[in-house]
Amino acid sequence: MHAIEVNNLTKRFGTLAAVDHVSFSVREGEIFGLLGPNGAGKTTIIRMLSTLTRPTEGTASVGGYDVVKEDGKVRELIGLVSEKIILYDRLTAKENLWFFGRLYNIPGELLNKKIDELLRLVKLTKWKNSQVGTFSTGMRQRMNVIRAMLNMPEVLFLDEPTLGLDPQSSVEIREFIRKINRENKVTIILTTHIMVEADMLCDRIGIIDYGKIVALDTSTNLKKLVSGADSTILELEIPNLTTDMIHSIRSLKCVSSVSQNNSTCIKVNANGDDAFDTIIDAIRANKRKIISVKNLEPTLEDVFLQITGHEVRDKADQKIKMHRHHMAKPRVR
Amino acid sequence: MGVKNVISHIFIIAWKDLMELFRNRMALAMLVLMPIFMMAMAGFIFPSNTSMSNISIALANEDEGYGNYSASSIFINVLEEINNSTEMMVLTNASSFDEVRNMIQRGDVEGGIVITRNFTLNLMTGEQGSIIIITDQSNPQLSIALQTGLKAVFDQMGTWLAQKNVETFPGVNATNSLAVVKPYHVETKGAIPGTFNYFDFMAPGLMAMTVMMSVMTGLPAAISHEREIGTLDGMMVAPIRRLGIILGKTFAQTVRGLLQGILILILAIALFGVVIHGNILLIFALLFLGVFSFVGLGVVITSFAKDQETAMMVMMTLMFPMLFLSGVFFPIQQMPWYMQGISKFLPLTYVSTALRKVMVLGADLSAISLEVTVLIGFGAVMTLIALPVFRKAMTR
Repeated sequence: MHAIEVNNLTKRFGTLAAVDHVSFSVREGEIFGLLGPNGAGKTTIIRMLSTLTRPTEGTASVGGYDVVKEDGKVRELIGLVSEKIILYDRLTAKENLWFFGRLYNIPGELLNKKIDELLRLVKLTKWKNSQVGTFSTGMRQRMNVIRAMLNMPEVLFLDEPTLGLDPQSSVEIREFIRKINRENKVTIILTTHIMVEADMLCDRIGIIDYGKIVALDTSTNLKKLVSGADSTILELEIPNLTTDMIHSIRSLKCVSSVSQNNSTCIKVNANGDDAFDTIIDAIRANKRKIISVKNLEPTLEDVFLQITGHEVRDKADQKIKMHRHHMAKPRVR
Repeated sequence: MGVKNVISHIFIIAWKDLMELFRNRMALAMLVLMPIFMMAMAGFIFPSNTSMSNISIALANEDEGYGNYSASSIFINVLEEINNSTEMMVLTNASSFDEVRNMIQRGDVEGGIVITRNFTLNLMTGEQGSIIIITDQSNPQLSIALQTGLKAVFDQMGTWLAQKNVETFPGVNATNSLAVVKPYHVETKGAIPGTFNYFDFMAPGLMAMTVMMSVMTGLPAAISHEREIGTLDGMMVAPIRRLGIILGKTFAQTVRGLLQGILILILAIALFGVVIHGNILLIFALLFLGVFSFVGLGVVITSFAKDQETAMMVMMTLMFPMLFLSGVFFPIQQMPWYMQGISKFLPLTYVSTALRKVMVLGADLSAISLEVTVLIGFGAVMTLIALPVFRKAMTR
């Protein structure tokens, strides 16, 4: 049985489709990733599945219950870690967990045990009676995750769980996510714009762009879309790199994209048997030196680039993207 | 989901809100200071005749007298004597009506008294003398108070003069002259024995107002704020009734409002000498009923407003006319008929009227049945509207 089934799910804000006829299903016990840039519609999908927003069109079910008609049933099954941290600063760690636990009607004694157990799991026992307002961002996010675990949810929604965290805290949260998935058999839906995170955690990944799922498969299979037999990804280090140089590489027939990593380093995606030679020749013809060449394995970033034709990066890229698509689409979450 | 669960959710949400409030020292300080400020302000700044003192008044004596006799001089002596004991005025001499007017325009004095030219002559020839009171129209509150105050003084003096005159008649002496001049006297008595001041009028209104403000500002703040910082989702995603959330939040705001109401009551009794004539439990019940009648409205506004800022602005816009139209500060009876009409639609009117009846007049439940009925009706209708609106707004 599928833990989640989504059929033509659509959410319009005015005339704007934030989520546009999305269909997918998530198996029980799976970690399913929704990967896409900010404003792609990930959060809106999570909000519809967790009964917080009503779909404009289409249906979705969680644990076999319809998210609109049987929202009460759905709420009993799910836990939500939203992008905004759901904790009260002026309450202590224990009081926060107690408050949310009581909303799920967990009896007092059991709840106390559960709180201790969860705090131990994320190494926050020492701060049990400290106000959450005094916590670091990493500590708050760990609290935020265990808060969603209080009712032993069958399905856990994680909306950008590592947003704004330092690398070490991100690693801790990811390990914790994997642990609860394995040990508690919790089905997890996770949204992220971090490729590595999706790659590391998710059994399957849905790539989402402009409210539509543009690809959906395991990470390995997705990468195969790029690393076909004749696909090459090169990282080249060239001193005196100029925009002209980049342009001339980009204009090569075999090259599908070029991105600049820093002032001397570029990454080139290309196709064809002779791509490697063609690129090196082009650089030589421009009388540039090549300090190093690396032949890279494809990443999810490359997959995204290949499928959508633009990068998952910052707003500057989004503007370029809008020009390319010849439509001005405001960002909606 | 049984009723028991809903009640337990109401309590845990209220507990959470109150914990947040009590741990917020600044908010707590304001909670205590607000009633104190309101009470002090309302009690001291509104004028009453007895509280007027040291008003600068120009006095112009245009009277030319009659030979050596000048009735106006006697008049002024008496006026000064009275004024010395009441200290109502600070008198400045002026030469004429025009000079008094100039002095008022310059702001040197706040009003003037002019004794007209033929004052003595008129009195001697059996005609009425005339005294003019000049007021500053740019300050209507003070003008009215001044007129009332001075008229009382002049009346008293007129009586005294008349007494002196009639005492020369046969059969009239110092003991019965007053009864001859003024055959009867008027005495004002309240429905309840004891002296009353403006605080007695204000305290019930202020209590009603505080409770209303608590609900009307506290509720949108509590809900919109949580929606903005995202914590509301934590409650919305839990399997609890929406009614539980509203009632839990309301319960917390009610406790807050009642605490302030009680504080005002204590202040009014301890510092401002207000005497409670009615049943204290009935007073609390009325405050509670007041909260109930405002909640629905608060929730509707919260649902429509996108963020806390908008919600607060809408609340303020609604609240201020309500404060002034519902008889909290000024009696409804002194408003023009159309304003009185509007005030009939405001729940605050009924809360403050009922509270005033109970606190000042010692009325019992049967005497305020109309107000109670209206409040219950208003509250019930607004709550019925509020629930679906809130549910819809929260799953936008």
